[in-house]
Amino acid sequence: MSVLAELTGNVGTMGYGLAAIGPGIGVGIVFAAYIQATARQPESAGLTRTYLFLGFALSEALAILGFVVPFIIT
Amino acid sequence: MSAAAVLASECPPGDPGFCPPSVLEFYPEPLATFDVLGIHFAITRITIILWLATALMVFFFISAVRNPKLVPDRRQWMGESAYSFVRDGVAREVIGSEGLRYAPYLAALFFFIVVNNIMGIIPFAQIPPTGRFAFPVVLAGITYVLFNWIGIRQQGLGPYFKNNLFPPGVPKPLYLLITPIEFASTFLFRPFTLAVRLFANMLAGHLLLAIFAAGTVYLFTVGNFSVIFAPVSFAMAVVMTFFELLVQVLQAYVFVVLTSTYISGAMEEH
Repeated sequence: MSVLAELTGNVGTMGYGLAAIGPGIGVGIVFAAYIQATARQPESAGLTRTYLFLGFALSEALAILGFVVPFIIT
Repeated sequence: MSAAAVLASECPPGDPGFCPPSVLEFYPEPLATFDVLGIHFAITRITIILWLATALMVFFFISAVRNPKLVPDRRQWMGESAYSFVRDGVAREVIGSEGLRYAPYLAALFFFIVVNNIMGIIPFAQIPPTGRFAFPVVLAGITYVLFNWIGIRQQGLGPYFKNNLFPPGVPKPLYLLITPIEFASTFLFRPFTLAVRLFANMLAGHLLLAIFAAGTVYLFTVGNFSVIFAPVSFAMAVVMTFFELLVQVLQAYVFVVLTSTYISGAMEEH
């Protein structure tokens, strides 16, 4: 069967570009929630800061994974 | 000291232009190798950095509580503040008052990870040992064994698995779907993502810094008009160094907070 369409070059870079879409939106949602919650009730800023960092790191982990996996699968 | 001597990359022979550093950065030439019981050991500069960083951290804490006084001097105050950041800020917050008995492990975990992460931006070291996959794997493995041990000891072997795999309040037929997902999520994905999150963040950060640094040197030495971009590359290297500091401390904090969350989840009775 002949090749109909082909992608050459550094596919890992494209993989990272696709992988960064979700975490980009996710991190934005996490910080938006923190900003809104703090705006509604400023005294809660300290309480929710733990969840802010936790949510940010968990969302960011997937983007970092997308960056690193092409390096590992050399 | 040329860039090629410091950074490791698979450069094709001849003049390839810009040859970016690769994951070979984390596989430097060993200084000493020996075999014990058929296992091959190699002492590299990453090992030396790990030992020095850990020794520094341990020495700081030991000297902070030697001769403790009622009115603390500055070193004792710093040691106590550092320990109470984990003990009160993480262990007591996330687990509750019973979490204080795990505070020594959580503090040791946090400071081990943070000191080794920060080695990624310290001059002359500039590589985080936690970027070798083995170290986060072992740390995540210890956490995995710990929270399962706590859960099994607290709730008993059967009830622990029943509470985890069959969460209450779910209609019976959905258990076919939920139980494999819960099993994979709790017993497979938790340690895996814990290890990979730390490893991947350190690997990516180190590679970013190395690429900007190598790029700056290359743009300065290439000799054509590209030299005007060299200050941009240098500025990015400086900015990324500060960003890396944030990420390194944050990843250590997240590792410890997630460990305490898992311990707290294992301790609660349904």
